[in-house]
Amino acid sequence: MNSVTIRNLLVRGMLAGLAAGVLALVIAYFLGEPRVDAAIAFEEAHSHSHSHGDEVEVVSRGMQSTAGLATGVLVYGVALGGIAALVFCFALGRIGRFGARATAVLVSGAALLVYLVPFLKYPANPPAVGDPDTIGQRTALYFLMMLLGILLAVGATILGRRLAPKLGNWYATVAGGTAFVVAVGIAYAFLPAYDNVPHGFPGTLLWQFRLSTLAVQLVLWTGFGLIFGHLAERVVATRAEEAGTTAEAAPVAT
Amino acid sequence: MAQTIASPATGATPATLPLKALAPWALFVGVLALVLLYFIGAEQGATSVFSGTNVHEWVHDGRHLLGFPCH
Ligand SMILES: [Zn+2]
Repeated sequence: MNSVTIRNLLVRGMLAGLAAGVLALVIAYFLGEPRVDAAIAFEEAHSHSHSHGDEVEVVSRGMQSTAGLATGVLVYGVALGGIAALVFCFALGRIGRFGARATAVLVSGAALLVYLVPFLKYPANPPAVGDPDTIGQRTALYFLMMLLGILLAVGATILGRRLAPKLGNWYATVAGGTAFVVAVGIAYAFLPAYDNVPHGFPGTLLWQFRLSTLAVQLVLWTGFGLIFGHLAERVVATRAEEAGTTAEAAPVAT
Repeated sequence: MAQTIASPATGATPATLPLKALAPWALFVGVLALVLLYFIGAEQGATSVFSGTNVHEWVHDGRHLLGFPCH
């Protein structure tokens, strides 16, 4: 029965990720694409540096900004929806007195936090920004930073849970949060920074592009938390009901 | 519709899912998700499984707008 519940939750997580991906795609298309186009226009006007533009076009801009963008955002939504549902399955009933919907929203919030950890050090860059010679290092550092964010978030949660009996929930959460921020700050201080913004690139465009990428994530995770929370609540309620009818004597909480 | 009203667990913390039942699913979905994320986020950028630039060019805008380093 547990395996069926888990499978149901994971399938719903991926479906919720797909649905949230559709919402994020709308934001990416209407807020993000105009900035991508503007950055490509800048890149082409200064094409002595480097670009996709002065090579033969493998995929047209029209395809990149529609079907290509949709592929990227929707697959991203499904994949992260699956991972978030796994985290949900683990977190359910283990992180305090939270029901399914609240747990789903908390997991979404944690995912947004994990996204922000690399973002604050290695923010999203529009086309024309970035040195192709360092793409290997920057990609490695981006994923490393994300992994570090996950590990530190887990560590801070464990620390908070340990301190809770002594300090009470409020101060234990504050202590866990402080430990997380300090550890991330130390990582920021020691990891290398890259400044690849070309001379003359409009500051407003860079700012708007980065804001639009944050909007994409905010919509993706808000949407996921609410949609998955709704779907998961029903799975968890059904399970509790079955447990209640089949094993009357056994208490639900263990 | 689930009858949450009738459920004795209403308002209570939901029962945990045993780690033993979760482990095989975690492996399966985890690996699948990471492979998908790799192709969206890094293939034909930092490293390549397939030669050429088709994958990179196809997901190019998504890569930028999802915050992955693209080039
Ligand atoms: Zn690019």
